[in-house]
Amino acid sequence: MAEENKDIVISAVDVNKVFNPGSDEEVVALKDINLEIEAGEFISLIGPSGCGKSTLMRLIGDLIQPNSGELRVNGKAPQQARLDRDYGMVFQAATLYEWRSVIKNVQLPLEVMGYSSDERRKLAMSMLDMVELGDFAEHYPWQLSGGMQQRVSIARALAFDPSVLLMDEPFGALDEFTRERMNLELLNIWRQTGKTIIFVTHSIAEAVFLSNRIVVMSPRPGRIAEIVSNTLPYPRDFNTRVDPAYIELVARVRELLRDAHEVD
Amino acid sequence: MSAAETGKRPSWQRRLAWYFPTIAVAVGVVLLWEILVVIFDIQQFLLPKPSAIFGEFAHQVNLWLAPDERSILFESSGATFWEAFGGFIIGCGSGILVALITSRWTIVSEATMPFAIAANSVPIIAFAPIMNNWFGITNPASKMAIVAIIVFFPTMINTVRGLTLVDAEELELMRSYAAKPADIMLKLRIPNALPYIFSALRVASALSLIGAVVAEFFGGPRATLGVYITQEASAFDFAKAWAAIMMASIIGIAFYLVVLIAERRLMPWHVSFREAV
Repeated sequence: MAEENKDIVISAVDVNKVFNPGSDEEVVALKDINLEIEAGEFISLIGPSGCGKSTLMRLIGDLIQPNSGELRVNGKAPQQARLDRDYGMVFQAATLYEWRSVIKNVQLPLEVMGYSSDERRKLAMSMLDMVELGDFAEHYPWQLSGGMQQRVSIARALAFDPSVLLMDEPFGALDEFTRERMNLELLNIWRQTGKTIIFVTHSIAEAVFLSNRIVVMSPRPGRIAEIVSNTLPYPRDFNTRVDPAYIELVARVRELLRDAHEVD
Repeated sequence: MSAAETGKRPSWQRRLAWYFPTIAVAVGVVLLWEILVVIFDIQQFLLPKPSAIFGEFAHQVNLWLAPDERSILFESSGATFWEAFGGFIIGCGSGILVALITSRWTIVSEATMPFAIAANSVPIIAFAPIMNNWFGITNPASKMAIVAIIVFFPTMINTVRGLTLVDAEELELMRSYAAKPADIMLKLRIPNALPYIFSALRVASALSLIGAVVAEFFGGPRATLGVYITQEASAFDFAKAWAAIMMASIIGIAFYLVVLIAERRLMPWHVSFREAV
Protein backbone atom coordinates (compact mmCIF):
# COMPACT_ATOMS: atom_id res chain seq x y z
CA MET A 1 0.00 0.00 0.00
CA ALA A 2 2.83 2.35 0.86
CA GLU A 3 4.36 1.51 -2.50
CA GLU A 4 1.42 2.41 -4.72
CA ASN A 5 0.52 5.57 -2.77
CA LYS A 6 4.05 6.90 -2.74
CA ASP A 7 3.01 10.47 -3.45
CA ILE A 8 0.09 10.57 -1.06
CA VAL A 9 1.13 12.64 1.96
CA ILE A 10 -2.22 12.82 3.68
CA SER A 11 -5.18 10.51 3.35
CA ALA A 12 -8.47 10.61 5.23
CA VAL A 13 -10.97 7.78 4.97
CA ASP A 14 -14.45 8.23 6.50
CA VAL A 15 -13.12 10.47 9.22
CA ASN A 16 -15.66 11.64 11.81
CA LYS A 17 -15.20 14.06 14.65
CA VAL A 18 -17.84 14.63 17.33
CA PHE A 19 -17.33 17.07 20.19
CA ASN A 20 -18.94 16.23 23.55
CA PRO A 21 -20.40 12.95 22.25
CA GLY A 22 -23.47 11.75 24.11
CA SER A 23 -24.06 15.02 25.92
CA ASP A 24 -26.57 17.82 25.30
CA GLU A 25 -23.83 19.85 23.70
CA GLU A 26 -22.95 17.17 21.16
CA VAL A 27 -21.63 18.70 17.95
CA VAL A 28 -20.82 16.72 14.84
CA ALA A 29 -17.85 18.75 13.69
CA LEU A 30 -16.85 16.54 10.77
CA LYS A 31 -18.83 13.84 9.00
CA ASP A 32 -17.42 11.23 6.62
CA ILE A 33 -14.39 13.13 5.45
CA ASN A 34 -12.57 11.53 2.54
CA LEU A 35 -9.55 13.33 1.17
CA GLU A 36 -6.20 12.56 -0.41
CA ILE A 37 -3.44 15.11 -0.62
CA GLU A 38 -0.37 14.56 -2.73
CA ALA A 39 3.17 15.65 -1.96
CA GLY A 40 3.83 19.27 -2.84
CA GLU A 41 0.19 20.25 -3.15
CA PHE A 42 -1.16 23.57 -1.93
CA ILE A 43 -4.60 22.77 -0.53
CA SER A 44 -7.00 25.36 0.83
CA LEU A 45 -9.81 24.44 3.19
CA ILE A 46 -12.56 27.01 2.88
CA GLY A 47 -16.05 27.34 4.31
CA PRO A 48 -18.22 29.33 6.72
CA SER A 49 -17.51 29.14 10.43
CA GLY A 50 -18.64 25.86 11.93
CA CYS A 51 -17.81 23.89 8.77
CA GLY A 52 -14.96 22.11 10.53
CA LYS A 53 -12.11 23.38 8.38
CA SER A 54 -9.92 24.16 11.40
CA THR A 55 -11.01 20.92 13.04
CA LEU A 56 -9.86 18.96 10.00
CA MET A 57 -6.51 20.74 10.08
CA ARG A 58 -6.16 20.04 13.79
CA LEU A 59 -6.99 16.36 13.22
CA ILE A 60 -4.29 16.10 10.58
CA GLY A 61 -1.83 17.80 12.95
CA ASP A 62 -2.74 15.48 15.85
CA LEU A 63 -3.83 18.36 18.06
CA ILE A 64 -7.12 16.44 18.42
CA GLN A 65 -8.12 12.87 17.53
CA PRO A 66 -10.96 11.59 15.32
CA ASN A 67 -13.82 9.52 16.75
CA SER A 68 -13.77 7.18 13.79
CA GLY A 69 -12.22 6.75 10.38
CA GLU A 70 -8.60 6.56 9.39
CA LEU A 71 -6.09 9.35 8.93
CA ARG A 72 -2.62 8.72 7.56
CA VAL A 73 0.17 11.23 7.22
CA ASN A 74 3.25 10.14 5.31
CA GLY A 75 1.88 6.60 5.71
CA LYS A 76 1.80 6.94 9.51
CA ALA A 77 -0.78 7.70 12.15
CA PRO A 78 -0.91 11.48 12.79
CA GLN A 79 0.52 10.99 16.27
CA GLN A 80 3.56 9.21 14.87
CA ALA A 81 3.93 11.93 12.23
CA ARG A 82 3.87 14.54 14.99
CA LEU A 83 6.46 12.65 17.03
CA ASP A 84 8.58 12.45 13.84
CA ARG A 85 8.26 16.24 13.57
CA ASP A 86 6.51 16.14 10.20
CA TYR A 87 4.42 19.26 10.88
CA GLY A 88 5.15 22.94 10.77
CA MET A 89 2.26 24.95 12.20
CA VAL A 90 1.23 28.56 11.68
CA PHE A 91 -1.78 29.99 13.51
CA GLN A 92 -3.86 33.11 12.96
CA ALA A 93 -1.98 34.80 15.78
CA ALA A 94 1.77 34.74 15.18
CA THR A 95 2.17 33.11 18.65
CA LEU A 96 5.75 34.27 18.96
CA TYR A 97 7.12 33.95 22.48
CA GLU A 98 7.37 37.56 23.57
CA TRP A 99 10.43 36.93 25.76
CA ARG A 100 12.45 35.72 22.81
CA SER A 101 14.05 37.80 20.10
CA VAL A 102 13.03 37.09 16.51
CA ILE A 103 15.94 34.73 15.85
CA LYS A 104 15.46 32.98 19.20
CA ASN A 105 11.83 32.39 18.26
CA VAL A 106 12.86 30.77 15.00
CA GLN A 107 15.38 28.69 16.96
CA LEU A 108 12.74 27.46 19.44
CA PRO A 109 11.78 24.25 17.59
CA LEU A 110 15.44 23.58 16.86
CA GLU A 111 16.27 23.87 20.58
CA VAL A 112 13.46 21.50 21.48
CA MET A 113 14.63 19.06 18.82
CA GLY A 114 18.22 19.10 20.01
CA TYR A 115 20.03 20.82 17.15
CA SER A 116 23.51 22.15 17.99
CA SER A 117 23.76 25.88 18.60
CA ASP A 118 25.75 26.41 15.37
CA GLU A 119 23.11 24.60 13.33
CA ARG A 120 20.37 26.51 15.10
CA ARG A 121 21.88 29.86 14.28
CA LYS A 122 22.62 28.91 10.68
CA LEU A 123 19.18 27.43 9.99
CA ALA A 124 17.32 30.25 11.73
CA MET A 125 19.30 32.88 9.87
CA SER A 126 18.68 31.26 6.48
CA MET A 127 14.95 31.02 7.29
CA LEU A 128 14.85 34.69 8.29
CA ASP A 129 16.64 35.60 5.07
CA MET A 130 14.04 33.62 3.15
CA VAL A 131 11.23 35.68 4.67
CA GLU A 132 13.38 38.80 4.21
CA LEU A 133 13.71 39.56 7.91
CA GLY A 134 17.43 38.92 8.30
CA ASP A 135 17.93 42.50 9.48
CA PHE A 136 15.41 42.04 12.29
CA ALA A 137 16.98 38.95 13.88
CA GLU A 138 17.73 40.67 17.19
CA HIS A 139 14.44 42.57 17.41
CA TYR A 140 11.67 41.54 19.75
CA PRO A 141 8.27 40.47 18.34
CA TRP A 142 6.45 43.58 19.59
CA GLN A 143 8.81 45.76 17.57
CA LEU A 144 7.50 44.14 14.35
CA SER A 145 4.31 44.77 12.37
CA GLY A 146 1.64 42.07 12.21
CA GLY A 147 2.74 40.97 8.75
CA MET A 148 6.38 40.74 9.82
CA GLN A 149 5.43 38.74 12.91
CA GLN A 150 3.54 36.29 10.75
CA ARG A 151 6.60 35.92 8.48
CA VAL A 152 8.68 35.07 11.55
CA SER A 153 6.05 32.51 12.47
CA ILE A 154 6.36 30.95 8.99
CA ALA A 155 10.15 30.95 9.26
CA ARG A 156 9.85 29.20 12.61
CA ALA A 157 7.46 26.59 11.18
CA LEU A 158 9.89 25.79 8.36
CA ALA A 159 13.12 25.90 10.37
CA PHE A 160 13.22 22.17 11.09
CA ASP A 161 12.21 21.25 7.54
CA PRO A 162 8.88 19.50 8.23
CA SER A 163 7.23 17.84 5.23
CA VAL A 164 3.79 19.35 5.86
CA LEU A 165 2.94 22.96 6.61
CA LEU A 166 -0.39 23.44 8.40
CA MET A 167 -1.65 27.03 8.30
CA ASP A 168 -4.80 28.04 10.18
CA GLU A 169 -6.02 31.38 8.78
CA PRO A 170 -2.49 32.75 9.01
CA PHE A 171 -3.30 36.06 7.31
CA GLY A 172 -6.82 36.47 8.73
CA ALA A 173 -5.78 39.29 11.06
CA LEU A 174 -3.89 41.29 8.45
CA ASP A 175 -5.15 44.16 6.32
CA GLU A 176 -5.99 43.49 2.66
CA PHE A 177 -2.75 44.92 1.20
CA THR A 178 -0.49 43.12 3.60
CA ARG A 179 -2.46 39.94 3.06
CA GLU A 180 -2.02 40.09 -0.74
CA ARG A 181 1.70 40.67 -0.34
CA MET A 182 1.93 37.77 2.11
CA ASN A 183 0.08 35.58 -0.41
CA LEU A 184 2.77 36.29 -2.98
CA GLU A 185 5.54 35.65 -0.49
CA LEU A 186 3.96 32.39 0.61
CA LEU A 187 3.81 31.19 -3.00
CA ASN A 188 7.50 32.02 -3.31
CA ILE A 189 8.31 30.08 -0.18
CA TRP A 190 6.20 27.18 -1.41
CA ARG A 191 8.09 27.18 -4.73
CA GLN A 192 11.45 27.29 -2.96
CA THR A 193 10.69 24.59 -0.41
CA GLY A 194 8.23 22.30 -2.22
CA LYS A 195 6.29 21.70 1.03
CA THR A 196 2.82 20.25 1.12
CA ILE A 197 0.70 23.10 2.43
CA ILE A 198 -2.74 22.86 4.02
CA PHE A 199 -4.18 26.31 4.32
CA VAL A 200 -7.35 27.14 6.21
CA THR A 201 -9.00 30.40 5.16
CA HIS A 202 -12.35 32.10 4.87
CA SER A 203 -11.21 34.30 2.02
CA ILE A 204 -12.31 32.98 -1.36
CA ALA A 205 -9.86 35.24 -3.22
CA GLU A 206 -7.00 33.98 -1.10
CA ALA A 207 -7.94 30.33 -1.53
CA VAL A 208 -8.21 30.62 -5.32
CA PHE A 209 -5.06 32.69 -5.64
CA LEU A 210 -2.89 30.32 -3.62
CA SER A 211 -3.98 26.76 -4.03
CA ASN A 212 -3.98 24.12 -6.71
CA ARG A 213 -7.04 22.51 -5.10
CA ILE A 214 -9.74 24.12 -2.99
CA VAL A 215 -11.68 21.99 -0.54
CA VAL A 216 -15.08 23.68 -0.14
CA MET A 217 -16.72 22.69 3.12
CA SER A 218 -20.22 23.14 4.49
CA PRO A 219 -21.44 23.32 8.08
CA ARG A 220 -23.67 21.31 10.46
CA PRO A 221 -22.40 18.70 10.16
CA GLY A 222 -19.03 19.76 8.77
CA ARG A 223 -18.37 17.96 5.50
CA ILE A 224 -16.68 18.36 2.16
CA ALA A 225 -19.13 19.87 -0.35
CA GLU A 226 -16.79 19.81 -3.31
CA ILE A 227 -13.14 19.78 -4.21
CA VAL A 228 -12.34 22.35 -6.89
CA SER A 229 -9.21 21.95 -9.01
CA ASN A 230 -7.45 25.16 -9.86
CA THR A 231 -5.34 24.87 -12.98
CA LEU A 232 -4.29 28.52 -13.15
CA PRO A 233 -0.57 28.38 -13.95
CA TYR A 234 2.14 29.17 -11.41
CA PRO A 235 3.93 31.42 -10.77
CA ARG A 236 0.95 33.56 -9.96
CA ASP A 237 1.30 37.28 -9.44
CA PHE A 238 -0.80 40.44 -9.26
CA ASN A 239 -1.97 39.87 -12.85
CA THR A 240 -3.50 36.57 -11.81
CA ARG A 241 -6.09 38.47 -9.81
CA VAL A 242 -7.46 40.16 -12.95
CA ASP A 243 -7.28 37.02 -15.10
CA PRO A 244 -10.84 36.09 -16.27
CA ALA A 245 -10.14 32.45 -15.43
CA TYR A 246 -9.29 33.48 -11.87
CA ILE A 247 -12.42 35.61 -11.57
CA GLU A 248 -14.51 32.74 -12.90
CA LEU A 249 -13.05 30.36 -10.29
CA VAL A 250 -13.72 32.85 -7.51
CA ALA A 251 -17.34 33.04 -8.68
CA ARG A 252 -17.61 29.27 -8.81
CA VAL A 253 -16.28 28.81 -5.26
CA ARG A 254 -18.58 31.57 -4.07
CA GLU A 255 -21.55 29.75 -5.60
CA LEU A 256 -20.52 26.44 -4.05
CA LEU A 257 -20.28 28.11 -0.66
CA ARG A 258 -23.70 29.66 -1.09
CA ASP A 259 -25.21 26.30 -2.09
CA ALA A 260 -23.47 24.60 0.81
CA HIS A 261 -24.93 27.17 3.14
CA GLU A 262 -28.45 26.82 1.79
CA VAL A 263 -28.55 23.12 2.61
CA ASP A 264 -29.38 23.87 6.24
CA MET B 1 5.10 58.86 26.27
CA SER B 2 6.27 62.34 27.21
CA ALA B 3 9.93 61.26 27.26
CA ALA B 4 9.63 60.80 23.51
CA GLU B 5 7.85 64.12 23.03
CA THR B 6 10.60 66.15 24.68
CA GLY B 7 12.84 65.11 21.81
CA LYS B 8 16.57 65.60 21.61
CA ARG B 9 17.50 67.28 24.89
CA PRO B 10 20.20 65.51 26.93
CA SER B 11 18.86 62.58 28.87
CA TRP B 12 19.44 64.06 32.37
CA GLN B 13 17.41 67.08 31.41
CA ARG B 14 14.62 64.88 30.11
CA ARG B 15 14.76 62.86 33.30
CA LEU B 16 14.56 65.99 35.40
CA ALA B 17 11.59 67.19 33.37
CA TRP B 18 10.00 63.75 33.78
CA TYR B 19 10.50 63.61 37.57
CA PHE B 20 9.99 67.31 38.30
CA PRO B 21 6.23 67.08 39.07
CA THR B 22 6.82 64.22 41.52
CA ILE B 23 9.64 66.03 43.28
CA ALA B 24 7.62 69.24 43.38
CA VAL B 25 4.68 67.44 45.00
CA ALA B 26 6.94 65.86 47.65
CA VAL B 27 8.64 69.14 48.52
CA GLY B 28 5.27 70.94 48.51
CA VAL B 29 3.66 68.47 50.91
CA VAL B 30 6.57 68.66 53.36
CA LEU B 31 6.56 72.47 53.24
CA LEU B 32 2.81 72.62 53.75
CA TRP B 33 3.12 70.19 56.67
CA GLU B 34 5.79 72.39 58.29
CA ILE B 35 3.79 75.59 57.75
CA LEU B 36 0.50 74.12 59.03
CA VAL B 37 2.15 72.74 62.18
CA VAL B 38 3.60 76.20 62.91
CA ILE B 39 0.47 78.20 62.02
CA PHE B 40 -1.95 76.02 64.00
CA ASP B 41 0.57 75.45 66.76
CA ILE B 42 0.02 71.68 66.64
CA GLN B 43 1.40 69.81 69.64
CA GLN B 44 4.48 67.78 68.76
CA PHE B 45 2.95 64.56 70.17
CA LEU B 46 0.17 64.92 67.63
CA LEU B 47 2.35 65.77 64.68
CA PRO B 48 5.98 66.91 64.87
CA LYS B 49 7.36 69.36 62.31
CA PRO B 50 9.16 67.70 59.37
CA SER B 51 12.22 69.76 60.29
CA ALA B 52 12.23 68.16 63.76
CA ILE B 53 11.94 64.67 62.21
CA PHE B 54 14.71 65.34 59.69
CA GLY B 55 16.81 66.82 62.52
CA GLU B 56 16.40 63.68 64.59
CA PHE B 57 17.14 61.54 61.57
CA ALA B 58 20.32 63.51 60.82
CA HIS B 59 21.31 63.18 64.47
CA GLN B 60 20.96 59.39 64.22
CA VAL B 61 23.01 59.35 61.03
CA ASN B 62 25.78 61.25 62.84
CA LEU B 63 25.67 58.83 65.76
CA TRP B 64 25.83 55.93 63.33
CA LEU B 65 28.82 57.41 61.48
CA ALA B 66 30.73 58.38 64.64
CA PRO B 67 33.23 55.64 65.51
CA ASP B 68 32.60 55.56 69.27
CA GLU B 69 28.85 56.16 69.32
CA ARG B 70 25.95 53.88 68.52
CA SER B 71 22.63 54.63 66.92
CA ILE B 72 19.83 52.47 68.31
CA LEU B 73 17.73 53.51 65.30
CA PHE B 74 20.25 52.15 62.82
CA GLU B 75 20.78 48.98 64.84
CA SER B 76 17.01 48.52 64.96
CA SER B 77 16.71 49.09 61.23
CA GLY B 78 19.38 46.50 60.52
CA ALA B 79 17.67 43.93 62.71
CA THR B 80 14.23 44.58 61.23
CA PHE B 81 15.61 44.54 57.70
CA TRP B 82 17.11 41.09 58.24
CA GLU B 83 13.85 39.76 59.66
CA ALA B 84 11.96 41.11 56.66
CA PHE B 85 14.58 39.98 54.15
CA GLY B 86 14.95 36.52 55.69
CA GLY B 87 11.18 36.04 55.75
CA PHE B 88 10.95 37.32 52.17
CA ILE B 89 13.53 34.83 50.90
CA ILE B 90 12.07 31.89 52.83
CA GLY B 91 8.43 32.72 52.02
CA CYS B 92 8.84 33.68 48.36
CA GLY B 93 11.35 30.92 47.72
CA SER B 94 9.09 28.22 49.12
CA GLY B 95 6.05 29.82 47.43
CA ILE B 96 7.72 29.53 44.02
CA LEU B 97 8.99 26.04 44.79
CA VAL B 98 5.61 24.74 45.93
CA ALA B 99 3.98 26.31 42.86
CA LEU B 100 6.49 24.61 40.55
CA ILE B 101 5.84 21.27 42.20
CA THR B 102 2.04 21.50 42.37
CA SER B 103 1.62 22.87 38.84
CA ARG B 104 3.41 19.78 37.57
CA TRP B 105 0.23 17.90 38.41
CA THR B 106 -2.93 19.78 37.49
CA ILE B 107 -4.98 17.86 40.05
CA VAL B 108 -2.68 18.85 42.90
CA SER B 109 -2.69 22.53 42.01
CA GLU B 110 -6.45 22.53 41.49
CA ALA B 111 -6.91 20.88 44.88
CA THR B 112 -4.57 23.24 46.74
CA MET B 113 -5.42 26.55 45.08
CA PRO B 114 -8.73 27.17 46.90
CA PHE B 115 -6.96 26.69 50.23
CA ALA B 116 -4.13 28.98 49.22
CA ILE B 117 -6.58 31.66 48.12
CA ALA B 118 -8.54 31.29 51.37
CA ALA B 119 -5.34 31.42 53.42
CA ASN B 120 -4.34 34.53 51.52
CA SER B 121 -7.35 36.37 52.92
CA VAL B 122 -6.55 35.42 56.52
CA PRO B 123 -4.93 38.25 58.56
CA ILE B 124 -1.78 36.26 59.19
CA ILE B 125 -0.31 39.03 61.33
CA ALA B 126 -2.80 37.87 64.00
CA PHE B 127 -0.57 34.84 64.47
CA ALA B 128 2.33 37.04 65.61
CA PRO B 129 1.79 36.33 69.35
CA ILE B 130 1.62 32.62 68.58
CA MET B 131 4.92 32.79 66.71
CA ASN B 132 6.38 34.66 69.69
CA ASN B 133 5.40 31.66 71.81
CA TRP B 134 6.73 29.14 69.32
CA PHE B 135 10.10 30.70 68.54
CA GLY B 136 10.64 33.03 71.51
CA ILE B 137 9.77 36.69 71.61
CA THR B 138 13.35 37.93 71.09
CA ASN B 139 14.20 35.34 68.47
CA PRO B 140 14.27 36.92 64.95
CA ALA B 141 12.83 33.62 63.69
CA SER B 142 9.44 34.51 65.21
CA LYS B 143 9.23 37.61 62.97
CA MET B 144 10.73 35.85 59.95
CA ALA B 145 8.12 33.13 60.29
CA ILE B 146 5.29 35.69 60.18
CA VAL B 147 6.83 37.45 57.18
CA ALA B 148 7.44 34.14 55.41
CA ILE B 149 3.82 33.03 55.88
CA ILE B 150 2.48 36.43 54.77
CA VAL B 151 4.47 36.46 51.51
CA PHE B 152 4.17 32.72 50.82
CA PHE B 153 0.55 32.70 49.67
CA PRO B 154 0.50 35.58 47.18
CA THR B 155 3.76 34.32 45.69
CA MET B 156 2.52 30.76 45.37
CA ILE B 157 -0.86 31.77 43.95
CA ASN B 158 0.64 34.09 41.37
CA THR B 159 3.29 31.60 40.35
CA VAL B 160 0.72 28.84 39.84
CA ARG B 161 -1.33 31.27 37.74
CA GLY B 162 1.67 32.23 35.64
CA LEU B 163 2.62 28.59 35.08
CA THR B 164 -0.88 27.48 34.13
CA LEU B 165 -2.37 30.50 32.31
CA VAL B 166 -0.43 29.75 29.16
CA ASP B 167 -1.81 30.68 25.74
CA ALA B 168 -3.40 27.56 24.22
CA GLU B 169 -1.71 28.02 20.84
CA GLU B 170 1.69 28.61 22.42
CA LEU B 171 1.19 25.26 24.09
CA GLU B 172 -0.01 23.59 20.86
CA LEU B 173 3.14 24.82 19.18
CA MET B 174 5.18 22.87 21.75
CA ARG B 175 2.94 19.88 21.17
CA SER B 176 3.56 20.09 17.42
CA TYR B 177 7.30 19.95 18.17
CA ALA B 178 6.71 16.83 20.29
CA ALA B 179 8.44 18.74 23.11
CA LYS B 180 9.31 17.02 26.39
CA PRO B 181 7.51 18.24 29.56
CA ALA B 182 10.81 19.65 30.81
CA ASP B 183 11.17 21.79 27.67
CA ILE B 184 7.59 23.02 28.00
CA MET B 185 8.32 23.97 31.61
CA LEU B 186 11.63 25.71 30.93
CA LYS B 187 10.92 27.34 27.58
CA LEU B 188 7.25 28.22 27.98
CA ARG B 189 5.71 27.93 31.43
CA ILE B 190 8.46 29.52 33.50
CA PRO B 191 9.09 32.49 31.16
CA ASN B 192 5.33 32.93 30.98
CA ALA B 193 5.18 32.97 34.80
CA LEU B 194 7.97 35.54 35.28
CA PRO B 195 5.72 38.63 35.10
CA TYR B 196 3.30 36.99 37.55
CA ILE B 197 6.14 36.05 39.90
CA PHE B 198 7.62 39.54 39.85
CA SER B 199 4.31 41.21 40.47
CA ALA B 200 4.00 38.94 43.54
CA LEU B 201 7.57 39.75 44.62
CA ARG B 202 6.88 43.48 44.41
CA VAL B 203 3.86 43.09 46.66
CA ALA B 204 5.84 40.73 48.90
CA SER B 205 8.70 43.23 49.27
CA ALA B 206 6.30 45.77 50.76
CA LEU B 207 4.41 43.15 52.78
CA SER B 208 7.59 41.75 54.29
CA LEU B 209 8.59 45.03 55.92
CA ILE B 210 5.04 45.72 57.09
CA GLY B 211 4.87 42.19 58.49
CA ALA B 212 8.17 42.51 60.35
CA VAL B 213 7.39 45.91 61.91
CA VAL B 214 3.84 45.02 62.92
CA ALA B 215 4.99 41.66 64.31
CA GLU B 216 7.46 43.61 66.45
CA PHE B 217 4.60 45.68 67.84
CA PHE B 218 3.60 42.45 69.62
CA GLY B 219 7.00 42.38 71.29
CA GLY B 220 10.58 41.76 70.31
CA PRO B 221 14.17 42.71 71.10
CA ARG B 222 14.79 46.40 72.03
CA ALA B 223 16.75 47.09 68.87
CA THR B 224 14.04 46.54 66.25
CA LEU B 225 11.99 49.19 64.48
CA GLY B 226 8.58 48.05 65.72
CA VAL B 227 9.69 48.03 69.36
CA TYR B 228 11.59 51.30 68.86
CA ILE B 229 8.51 53.05 67.48
CA THR B 230 6.16 51.80 70.25
CA GLN B 231 8.66 52.70 72.99
CA GLU B 232 9.52 56.18 71.71
CA ALA B 233 5.84 56.90 71.09
CA SER B 234 4.86 55.88 74.60
CA ALA B 235 7.78 57.97 75.94
CA PHE B 236 6.32 60.97 74.05
CA ASP B 237 9.51 61.32 72.01
CA PHE B 238 7.64 61.71 68.78
CA ALA B 239 10.46 63.05 66.63
CA LYS B 240 12.30 59.78 67.37
CA ALA B 241 9.24 57.66 66.60
CA TRP B 242 8.66 59.51 63.34
CA ALA B 243 12.32 59.23 62.40
CA ALA B 244 11.94 55.47 62.82
CA ILE B 245 8.81 55.50 60.66
CA MET B 246 10.76 57.45 58.05
CA MET B 247 13.51 54.85 58.24
CA ALA B 248 11.00 52.03 57.76
CA SER B 249 9.63 53.84 54.71
CA ILE B 250 13.09 54.28 53.22
CA ILE B 251 13.89 50.59 53.69
CA GLY B 252 10.52 49.59 52.24
CA ILE B 253 10.95 51.76 49.16
CA ALA B 254 14.55 50.62 48.66
CA PHE B 255 13.48 46.98 48.90
CA TYR B 256 10.76 47.56 46.34
CA LEU B 257 13.18 49.30 43.98
CA VAL B 258 15.66 46.43 44.20
CA VAL B 259 12.92 43.99 43.16
CA LEU B 260 11.90 46.35 40.36
CA ILE B 261 15.47 46.57 39.06
CA ALA B 262 15.83 42.78 39.18
CA GLU B 263 12.58 42.53 37.23
CA ARG B 264 13.82 44.88 34.53
CA ARG B 265 17.06 42.96 34.24
CA LEU B 266 15.39 39.57 34.00
CA MET B 267 12.56 40.45 31.66
CA PRO B 268 13.44 43.53 29.62
CA TRP B 269 11.04 42.26 26.95
CA HIS B 270 7.96 42.79 29.09
CA VAL B 271 5.24 45.28 28.08
CA SER B 272 5.79 47.49 31.09
CA PHE B 273 9.43 48.21 30.18
CA ARG B 274 9.15 48.56 26.43
CA GLU B 275 9.82 52.27 26.42
CA ALA B 276 13.24 51.67 27.90
CA VAL B 277 14.46 49.15 25.28
